[in-house]
Amino acid sequence: MAKENAKTSGNVETTGHSWDGIAELNNPLPKWWLYTFYATIIWAIGYWIVYPAWPTVSSYTKGYFGYSQRERVSEDLARSQAEKAVFRDKIAAADLEAIKADPELFNFALAGGAAAFGDNCAPCHGRGAQGAAGYPNLRDDAWLWGGTLDAIHQTIQYGIRAEDDQTRMSQMPAFGKLGMLKSNQISDTAEYVMSLSGNANDEEAAARGKEIFATNCAACHGPDGIGNQALGAPNLTDQLWLYGGDKATIVETIANSRAGMMPAWAGRLDPATVKELAIYVHSLGGGQ
Amino acid sequence: MAHMEFSSGGAPSSGGGELYASRVKIYPKEAHGRFRTIKWIVMAVTLGIYYLLPWLRWDRGPYVPDQAVLVDLPARRFYFFFLEIWPQEFYFITGLLVLAALALFLVTSIAGRVWCGYTCPQTVWTDLMIAVERFWQGDRNARLRLDKTPWAFESLWRKGITHLTWLLIAIATGGAWVFYFADAPTLAKQLVTFNAPMIAYLFIGLFTLTTYVLGGLAREQVCNYMCPWPRIQGAMFDRDSLLISYRTWRGEPHGPHKAGETWEGRGDCIDCRQCVAVCPAGIDIRDGAQHECIQCALCIDACDEIMDKVGRPRGLIAYDTIRNLDAGVEEGTPLRLFRSRVLFYAGAIALVGSIMLVALLIRPVLEVNVLHDRNPLYVNLSDGGVRNGYEVKLLNKQYVPRAFKIGVDGLQGAKVQIIGHEGGVVPVPPDSMQAVKLYVTLDKEGVGALTGQATPFKLVVTDIADGTQTEHDATFQGPPKGGTAK
Repeated sequence: MAKENAKTSGNVETTGHSWDGIAELNNPLPKWWLYTFYATIIWAIGYWIVYPAWPTVSSYTKGYFGYSQRERVSEDLARSQAEKAVFRDKIAAADLEAIKADPELFNFALAGGAAAFGDNCAPCHGRGAQGAAGYPNLRDDAWLWGGTLDAIHQTIQYGIRAEDDQTRMSQMPAFGKLGMLKSNQISDTAEYVMSLSGNANDEEAAARGKEIFATNCAACHGPDGIGNQALGAPNLTDQLWLYGGDKATIVETIANSRAGMMPAWAGRLDPATVKELAIYVHSLGGGQ
Repeated sequence: MAHMEFSSGGAPSSGGGELYASRVKIYPKEAHGRFRTIKWIVMAVTLGIYYLLPWLRWDRGPYVPDQAVLVDLPARRFYFFFLEIWPQEFYFITGLLVLAALALFLVTSIAGRVWCGYTCPQTVWTDLMIAVERFWQGDRNARLRLDKTPWAFESLWRKGITHLTWLLIAIATGGAWVFYFADAPTLAKQLVTFNAPMIAYLFIGLFTLTTYVLGGLAREQVCNYMCPWPRIQGAMFDRDSLLISYRTWRGEPHGPHKAGETWEGRGDCIDCRQCVAVCPAGIDIRDGAQHECIQCALCIDACDEIMDKVGRPRGLIAYDTIRNLDAGVEEGTPLRLFRSRVLFYAGAIALVGSIMLVALLIRPVLEVNVLHDRNPLYVNLSDGGVRNGYEVKLLNKQYVPRAFKIGVDGLQGAKVQIIGHEGGVVPVPPDSMQAVKLYVTLDKEGVGALTGQATPFKLVVTDIADGTQTEHDATFQGPPKGGTAK
C-alpha cells in the first residue's frame, strides 16, 4: 500500500490503485463540469425531438423541424439555377453574334462554356483545348469543319460522324486496305503530300505521287491540297497535322483512312449550354 | 525598475488559494478639477468621433460611395477620406496598426498609461456609465446607502432606470458600429423600418451586449483580468517616465490633522481617503505603482482639492518620475525626453510613417497583372507561326471610367488580339478590375527570329484619355529551339 500523502489523508479517498508509491486520489468531479454534463444530456433530448435522430426499420425519425440536408442542397442548387436562368434564357433566345456583342451575356457564356468544356470536352480535347493526336487542337487556326461561330455551334450540336441525322459526315477511302492503291503508289502519294507543306525528301517520288493525288485525292482535298471544310477534308499544305506529319503516319492514313468521331451534344446538353460552348471554343484564339 | 512595487491593491486576496477573487464593488466618487475637465473633453471628442464619423460625407464622384469612412466588405474596399485601400493593399492597414502600437509605446515611455487613463474605449465608456449611474442614483455615499437598504421601490426604479440608460447607450454604440460597414443614411432607414440585413441587427446586438457588460457591469475587471496591456506596460516605464505617484517623501507620516495643529514633524497626507474614493479602479495610490491603476489622474484632482482646503501646496499626488520620487524633491531633474527608448520609438514612428507616406504617394492608379496561359504554353499555327494566350487584369483605381489600348514592345512582328474587344480598346469601369483574354501571335518569320524557347517582352498599356503608358513584363513561349518534331 502506498504511503499516503499527508495533505490528502483523511479527507480524500484513494481508488486503491498505487504505482511506485503514487496513489490515485478519488476526487469528485467538479460541480460545474457535472452540471454542464447534465445540461448536455437534456440538450441531446431536445435534439432528438427537433432533428432527425433515430433509425426506424425502414426510415428514421424526421424530427419536429423536418430538417434535411439533402433538401437544403436541392434548394441551394435550385436557387442558383434560378439566378442563372435569367442569363441562360437570354442566351437560349439570342443568336450567337448577339451574345458576343453583349458584354454581360458574353462573359456569362464564357464562364459557363469553360465549365461545360471541362465536364464534357476536356477528356478528348484536353483541359486546355490543346488537343492530341487524332483530337483537334481547338486553339489553333486550322479547322476541319470551319471555325466561325456558326460552324463551331453546328459541330457541337450534331457532332462528327455521330448518330444524328444532321451530323457532319464524310468518309475517306482506305486506299490500301480496299486495294485501290498499291503500297509503292501510297508511298509516292505520301511524298507528294509532304511536298505540299515543303517537307518532301524525295522529289522524284513526289512527282509520281502528284498524278495519283490528282486522280484519287483532289476531289475532296482540292487540286492544290488546301482541303474543303464542307467535307471535313483537312488542308494538307499547312504545318499542322492531326495525326502526324511524318511519312510513316501519312502512309498509314492513306492506307487505312481516318475517321475520327465526335458525339452530337444537342441531345445531351441544353441549347444554352451548347451555345456557351460554341462561344467559349470560338474565344480560344482560333475563332474566325 | 526593481524598486517598483506592484501590489494587488483593489482585489483583496482571498487567502484560500482560490483562482478568482470575487469582485468588491467600487463606488467612485465624482472628482472636480483640471484632469476631470480634460477627461470630460476627451470623452466628448472621442464619443463624438465614434458616433458621428460614419455620417461624414466625402465626395468621390458619381461612381463610388461618398461616405468618408467606409469598410465596404462586399466590394472589398476600405475608404478613409482621401485614401482608398484595395484588398491587396492591406499593408497600409498593417502600417497604421504598427504606427498605433509604436505611438502607444512612445506615449507610455514618456507619460505612462495616458491611453488607458483618457482615451481607451473601455475607460471612456466606463466613465460614461459611471456618470449615468451617478445621475440616477447619486454620488458615492448615496449609492452606498442605496445598496445597503433592502430592496424597495426607490432602489428598484433608480437601478432599473440606470440599467435602461446603459442599455440605450449600448444600443447606440452597437448601432453606430454597423454604420461603418454600409452607407449610413441608407442603413439607418433600413434599420428603423426593419428592412436591414440580419447581420446588421446581429452586430448591433453583439456590441450592445459587449458595451453593456464590459462598460456597465465589468468595468475595471476588464483592465485587471482581460487586457494584456497593464502587464506589458511594466516594460515600457523607466525612471524618467511621468507616472501618477503619491509623493511619499512629502506625505508621510500620514494621519488625521485638525485645523490649527502644526504641520511640523508630520506629512501632508491627512488620511482623508479622497484619492481612494474617486478611484474607478478602487485602489489606494499611496501603495505605489500597481497594475490596476489606469492612471486616470482623478486622485490628483481629489487630493489637490483637499490640499487647497487644508492650506498645503498642491501636488501631493502628481505626475512625477521615479527619479524625482527617489530624490524626494519636487523640482528635481527636469523631464528627460531625450532618452534612448523615447528616441528609438520616435525614430521607428518616423521610419514607418515615411515608408507609408512614400508608398501612398507612389500608389499606382492603374495596376496590371499579366498571367500567361499554362495549358497549353503555346499554340502552333497552320503557317508555322505561334500564338500565346494571356489573362490580363487591369485594375483601375481612379473614380472615373477609363479605356486602355494594349500593345507589345520587344517582340518583332507580334499581333495582339483581345477577345471581346476586337477594336483593341478595353474599357474599365471606375474603381474596378477588368480581366481580358489576350492573344499574341508571331508568324513563321517572327518565330524563326526568336533566340530561345522563352522570350521576355513588354506589354504596353496606354491610357486612351491622356496617353500615359505603363510597361509590364510578359514572356512569349515558343517551340524548343533546334528542330521541332512535326
